[in-house]
Amino acid sequence: MTSLAIFGIENNPLLALVAMLTGVALVALALWIAGLISPKSYNPQKGQPYECGIPTRGESMSQFKVGYYLFAILFLMFDVETVFLFPWAVKMKALGYEGLISIAVFFCVLVLGLIYAWRKGALEWK
Amino acid sequence: MIPLVIDDFSVVCDAVNNFLLYTCGLPKWLTVTIECIGVGVGLLLAYALLALFYILYERKICAYIQCRVGPVRVGPWGLFQSFADMFKILIKELIHLDNIDRFLFALAPYLVIIASVICFAVLPWGNGLQIIDFNIGIFFLIACSSIGVLGILLAGWSSANKFTLIGAMRSGAQMVSYELSVGLSILTMVCLAGTMSVGGIVAEQENLWFIFKGHVPAVIAFVIYMIAATAETNRGPFDLPEAESELTAGYHTEYSGIHFGFFYLAEYLNLFIVSGVASLMFFGGWMPLHFPGWDTFNHIMDYCPSVIWFLLKCFVLSYVIIWFKWTFPRLRIDNLLALEWKYLLPINLANLVLMVLIIVFGWHIV
Repeated sequence: MTSLAIFGIENNPLLALVAMLTGVALVALALWIAGLISPKSYNPQKGQPYECGIPTRGESMSQFKVGYYLFAILFLMFDVETVFLFPWAVKMKALGYEGLISIAVFFCVLVLGLIYAWRKGALEWK
Repeated sequence: MIPLVIDDFSVVCDAVNNFLLYTCGLPKWLTVTIECIGVGVGLLLAYALLALFYILYERKICAYIQCRVGPVRVGPWGLFQSFADMFKILIKELIHLDNIDRFLFALAPYLVIIASVICFAVLPWGNGLQIIDFNIGIFFLIACSSIGVLGILLAGWSSANKFTLIGAMRSGAQMVSYELSVGLSILTMVCLAGTMSVGGIVAEQENLWFIFKGHVPAVIAFVIYMIAATAETNRGPFDLPEAESELTAGYHTEYSGIHFGFFYLAEYLNLFIVSGVASLMFFGGWMPLHFPGWDTFNHIMDYCPSVIWFLLKCFVLSYVIIWFKWTFPRLRIDNLLALEWKYLLPINLANLVLMVLIIVFGWHIV
């Protein structure tokens, strides 16, 4: 029942790098092949943004709804919470009641944060 | 007991390693380089073939759900349809656009594909067949999968098109929100496992899969995970970023030819990856179905190779996600965010407390 990385290569970051380079190779290779065999033609109409056939008006890289940012900030708060909880989850049995009580306090603070955000109406999509 | 089938891929790897090192007498660095290239090529082939298979798989299922037969012309049961489509998409023109941010536009598909290839490599494919096995494996997988959101945001922003911008922003809000639920339900199971290493999690389930071992909280976590995973992959009732009737095609409207193909490929592979993570966290990864004390049953189950166990679990779980897509109507954005923040998140937090209680008092099975 040994299920460690293939070939006994101890260096796991190396294999992560291999996976990353595989991704790069996949995109680069396919783009290269497509560049060789696909037709090329230019036409000023083709270069326009496709907005359902209607000519574009104004700046496209413009401001957008602030609501998205609000959710991004809330996400940050809870994601950091999850990041803190993961190491505790691994060592839960070893840390015992002491660890349980400290994490319970931390957890309560975050639940209070969620209740606060809820009461303030941050979770409503307006 | 001697196993009749030798089902351990590390035997093959060791044989290749020994052949290169001792029989051919190559130096260590060259051996490692050759092995890395081998791993890369294998990964590339598995990735591409699985994506092509998944495209056909979804098309067939959706056809049967809608009382059609789906692709049947190219090859037996339309098996080669996806290959034909791949060649077709390769010979399509890559349209040269004005006014876009060229660098970010070209970078976006790389980010999306890299994120899914790395996650793909972390999955436990079979006994001894796992490419990356950190001690923080599952955490690494969650971290890498969030890179995909960046690719989607860049694609929408750099296209200089209002529809792509709206699609990307919706996708960002949605994926980021539902990532919380994915993370928390995985965290619930990590509490039970006591390890974050993928190999370790699979080994912990040797006696019993976690969905049985953790009973009530594990089932709740599984249901939440499946809902959140559907939203994470921008599929099913949560396909707001690509809502055809409102946003043309969402964040990849401006991408043409194979450039579009990359987003399509990554979407299907993400479907496989979320099913793979579900089978890892709840159904034992490649571990065959074992029950404590049922020795004969366990031995019979071991006859089926571990790779087949893993793939079968993934296909069944993917089937459920595809089934969602063709059954439920699309949600509205406020419903979508309310579902996550007002229902799934509080339930998930309560479920985590429940799981901790069960572990502390030893109420879990085995």
